[in-house]
Amino acid sequence: MSEPSVHLHIDGVAVEVPAGASVAAAIATSSEVAPRFRRSRSGQPRAPLCGMGVCFECRVTIDGAAHQRACLTVAREGMQVRCDD
Amino acid sequence: MAAFDLIVIGAGIVGTACAELAVREGLRVAVVESGAVGGGATAAAMGHLVAMDDDPAELALSRYSLGLWERFASLPEAEFSRCGTLWVAREASEFAGVPAKIARLAAAGVVARRIDADELYRLEPALVAGLCGGMLVADEAVVYPPRVALHLLGLARAGGASCVLGRRAVALSADGVRLDDGSTLIGPVLVATGCAVPELLPQLPMRSRKGHLVITERYPGRVHHQLLELGYADSAHGDADSSVAFNVQPRPTGQILIGSSREFGVDDRDVSPAMLRRMLERAFAFLPMLRELQALRVWTGFRPTSFDGRPYIGAVADRAHTWVAAGHEGLGVTTALGTAQLLIDQVLGRAPAIDPMPFLPSRALQ
Repeated sequence: MSEPSVHLHIDGVAVEVPAGASVAAAIATSSEVAPRFRRSRSGQPRAPLCGMGVCFECRVTIDGAAHQRACLTVAREGMQVRCDD
Repeated sequence: MAAFDLIVIGAGIVGTACAELAVREGLRVAVVESGAVGGGATAAAMGHLVAMDDDPAELALSRYSLGLWERFASLPEAEFSRCGTLWVAREASEFAGVPAKIARLAAAGVVARRIDADELYRLEPALVAGLCGGMLVADEAVVYPPRVALHLLGLARAGGASCVLGRRAVALSADGVRLDDGSTLIGPVLVATGCAVPELLPQLPMRSRKGHLVITERYPGRVHHQLLELGYADSAHGDADSSVAFNVQPRPTGQILIGSSREFGVDDRDVSPAMLRRMLERAFAFLPMLRELQALRVWTGFRPTSFDGRPYIGAVADRAHTWVAAGHEGLGVTTALGTAQLLIDQVLGRAPAIDPMPFLPSRALQ
């Protein structure tokens, strides 16, 4: 009996994570290298610092809605996540 | 005991523009600022460079100043963005007034074009359905005012101006100004302190007109022009205790700046939830998609408003060697450079390029 999982797409790549995982965790597990969540105004990569919704560094576009905090969003089946905006 | 040709009190956009020009004209200049450079009305402003056509004198000053702003069109610090101004008509009566508005602007040398409904939605697809059309002033731009003030002060300083920062001018004296540390600067004084003008010049009436602004996260491509409702001037120049008008600006970063509100008789800096709601509801009525965006910050500011809505620019007739440049209300950024030219021309005894009469402070001293 395996634990239930959800499937989502991160920048077009299919990712499978345990049910209940955050989008931030899904992004982190989807990347071989240091994951990129967003970019600063000057183009520098940004990634979660606090993991609890305060730092706003993990914002990504989820199902077309920009600036969603990945650390506070539970991954759902079929989500389309876009990073690096 | 230092002596100068001109002591500028206030380092907002108006004071710094005057100081920079005075230095370029070869005057020995001092600048006194008690707070942050460009930290008052200048920092709270939207930075929209716009010609308003409801008062011929104000239009002449705006047009003159808009030409001078071209000097900073490629200055990185200015964050100059030529997004154009798109005035939108919700009522047929507003749209019917567009040709007259275009004619008034054209007479002053500002090029504007009537936009029908189809073109309006091509230009700004996010606008609410059912608008009549509008008017486009394609050459107008937005800037980031506090950085321009800092840049102007830097130019003045590089040209030899003395900057007295962190010191407050407490009183004008017969031959200059006294500062809060007891020191004195000697020379003609230019008061450019906006809302604070009555502290030094109680004979000049000045009211503070509070405004709210909201800035969103970055949403590039949602809005392309500075958008205003054609009814904006009714809010801006009416005398109601409080009013709101649709006024939305795309920042070069992709952020969206949302205004505008006006309130007389409120002197606390706090954000008023009721006023903020009114302002945002007005904006949502024109741009429904704003509801889904995330706001990043809300702030308030105070517009220095003279007794008749025109700035005081010129000599303070009842005092020797005293000048004023203040009271620009919502057009201080637009008209700062023209104001400096108008004021310094008078200081040097030259004929200004535009008629200085409508702005002379003596009209308030009757």
